[in-house]
Amino acid sequence: MSVIAPKFKLSEFIKSLLDNIFWIILLLVLVGFPAVFMILFVIPLPVIDGELLTPFLALTWLADPTRILPVVQAFMTTDIFRVMAFPGFGFAALLAAGTIFVERKMLAKLQLRVGPFYCGKFEGILQLMGDGLKLISKEIIIPAKADKPIFWAAPVLFVAAAAAFVAFIPVAPGWVVADVDLGLLGVFAVIGFFPIITILSAWSANSKFPFIGGIRALFQMVSFEIPLILSLLGVVMLTGSLNLSEIAASQSVFPWIVFLPVGAIVFFITMLAELERIPFDLPEAESEIVAGWLTELSGMMYGLVQLGTYLKLYAFAGLFVVLFLGGWNGPMVVPPFPAELLTTGITIGPITAGPFPGLPLFTQEMLNGTLMFVLKTGGVIFFILLPRGVFPRIRVDMLLNLGWTKLIGLAFVNIFIALGLLYAGVLGPGGLQ
Amino acid sequence: MGGLTSTSKGLYNKGKIGMTFKLPPGLALQKVDERIMTLNVGPQHPGSGHMRLIVQIDGDYIVACDPDPGYVHRGEEKMAEYRNYILNIPHLERPVIHDSCNVLYPYVLGSEEILGIEVPERAKYVRVIASELNRCIYIMYWLAIYGIFLGHSTMFMWPAGDRELLIDLMEKMTGARVTHAHFVPGGVRNDLPPNFEDVCLRQVNYFEKRIKEYAAIFYDNPILIARTRDTGILSRQDAIRYGTTGSVLRASGVDYDLRVKEPYDVYEELDVHTNVMKEGDSYARSKIPWLDMLESCNIIRQALQKMPKSGSVRTKLKPNPKGKGLDSVYKRVESGRGSLGCYIVSDGKVEPYRVKLSVPSFRNLIALPNLLRGEKLGNMPSVYWSLNYWPVEADR
Repeated sequence: MSVIAPKFKLSEFIKSLLDNIFWIILLLVLVGFPAVFMILFVIPLPVIDGELLTPFLALTWLADPTRILPVVQAFMTTDIFRVMAFPGFGFAALLAAGTIFVERKMLAKLQLRVGPFYCGKFEGILQLMGDGLKLISKEIIIPAKADKPIFWAAPVLFVAAAAAFVAFIPVAPGWVVADVDLGLLGVFAVIGFFPIITILSAWSANSKFPFIGGIRALFQMVSFEIPLILSLLGVVMLTGSLNLSEIAASQSVFPWIVFLPVGAIVFFITMLAELERIPFDLPEAESEIVAGWLTELSGMMYGLVQLGTYLKLYAFAGLFVVLFLGGWNGPMVVPPFPAELLTTGITIGPITAGPFPGLPLFTQEMLNGTLMFVLKTGGVIFFILLPRGVFPRIRVDMLLNLGWTKLIGLAFVNIFIALGLLYAGVLGPGGLQ
Repeated sequence: MGGLTSTSKGLYNKGKIGMTFKLPPGLALQKVDERIMTLNVGPQHPGSGHMRLIVQIDGDYIVACDPDPGYVHRGEEKMAEYRNYILNIPHLERPVIHDSCNVLYPYVLGSEEILGIEVPERAKYVRVIASELNRCIYIMYWLAIYGIFLGHSTMFMWPAGDRELLIDLMEKMTGARVTHAHFVPGGVRNDLPPNFEDVCLRQVNYFEKRIKEYAAIFYDNPILIARTRDTGILSRQDAIRYGTTGSVLRASGVDYDLRVKEPYDVYEELDVHTNVMKEGDSYARSKIPWLDMLESCNIIRQALQKMPKSGSVRTKLKPNPKGKGLDSVYKRVESGRGSLGCYIVSDGKVEPYRVKLSVPSFRNLIALPNLLRGEKLGNMPSVYWSLNYWPVEADR
């Protein structure tokens, strides 16, 4: 594994690829097709558009766009698409990867250096892929006296919890993985898992520096959850709902940050602390406790924790956008879908494209909402990344002092502002919004 | 406590039947408290440098700290007894290569006195300029690490980048970027390149403008001030009692700078201002070197103005110069870390009989256990690095 470069030959690489393809085809013919036909004997075939779905028919769809579009549309309404691709994991992971790239380049510009430069043709855009490959190819070292099952499980749990957090964030009207009425409560429940996973990982490593880091993370996350929850009560009062989609939809005229700036500030600071970003990166303070609770993690275990961290960053930024910045609401900038493409098709020179009756896979509202959401989330992520270049790390006692006295006090001030707005009739029934 | 015998009862030999052992005199077994955790900070810890701090913590508070230097001992002093006065130059600057002119300065001054050489006037000024530039280079390196110890990555990158300005200047001057070996008994190795004065003035002015910007992002940063104010306070009496020097001593309110108190070469003709702060905390100790850099820029400008425009920079030496019989000399200079002394004993041979470096790093380290006791663990890096300590120099 470690000597890929010296013995690498392109001809042997291509030969190994061809070998693999040969074996795959052989297995498919000898095992795959018989198995499919055996199953077809037993299971009655579904009828789609008045035709019996046979494997041959399924293959013809690949060549016929008018046949494949309904299938794609049907797939897009399924839960598996929502979880894996669009508002769920794939979309979040894409934004998280973009975040890592932007963070490294932006920090480099701030610090008068270049940042990732050589990997990929343009400004080191493939650096993340290279880092991922490096992490995958590295050996995973487990401390001898670690509690091995828990130590193995912790990074996976971390990513799972982060992905569960992502599932609550509505991206566009109707586009959310888990559209539950108690969405905000669910978010708090998921956030509550992170300190547990952190302390499990830290403690099971059976090492001193991870232990101190885990205790610090526990302190930090638990004590900042209270101002986090309190700072959102104002929004819940004004909206009268815990459903995140309804909260986003309620801000069609004004985003709540206009009325509740105090709550937004408190939420932003607690968000930085929950995310362990500088200046609150005490659990990973390298000059004091090496890498904190990540010290003993190696290889892809570390990579998974990093992935989880950036998913969590996206989810928190998305939550801020949904709660305070109006979610998907914004000016309509996406042009409407050309209608003649559906009915007659468009003729450009000798080529006539269409008509495609099933074409608009996404509605105009959905595309515009997604664009607005991504723009706002990008802005919030930028402000989350910015303190890293400006502030040093703070200390545990300063952190707890900030969380328990100042932020909780400000969160109560925010609640009183919300109550005042409601009772004065500025907002709520008969008010502005 | 010597001769403490562990008998069959007690914590220490549980399960070992009838086993008694005698500890060597001077050692005592330590009682282990369940609350106390011992951390080995170093030598492979990102916050230690080439040394180890054995830190005992109770919760977040440091109960005791035992610095354990000696991982990079290279026997520089012993090596110096086998080489003649000229050959000693390159290896004696190795302990602090990023402050190489200053670490060599007392040795060169001392060997000049032993060998009886006069130094040309222009060489003295060149030495002062090189020494001050090198002090800035050292402090920038120190500041970069101080920044990253506090988790401020911008403050790591900026000084590391701006340091290149002065390194380029030193490269023009001496031919080498870091290990210059520029000072020799009798002057400096080679003359300044043509047009050096203008380039130096321009670079130094830009450098000064640049480091003044550090105040906005680092020294006036509220989080930095909250973190380092009132941490690791070293009182004036303690600073004198422990024998600390340099920026640590000046941050505790002692007006002590060898460039003013015991001027060597041409420092008495220059107007040197000593920066003193009264607080004695980590913040003061981190700010004094920065003020020293600004003062160094002033000194360089003065030296460039007063320097003779032409003349020799090196007194020719005979091959294998010897001292005049039994002789000893002690010279000290103000280096980037404090007063750096060099004691040379000659017995009339071509090699010195003994060379002893009295290094400021080790003197400053002595204060560390007393400063860290009772502090929080989060203050450990800032207090440790604010002592202006360079492990390799302490080990020689």
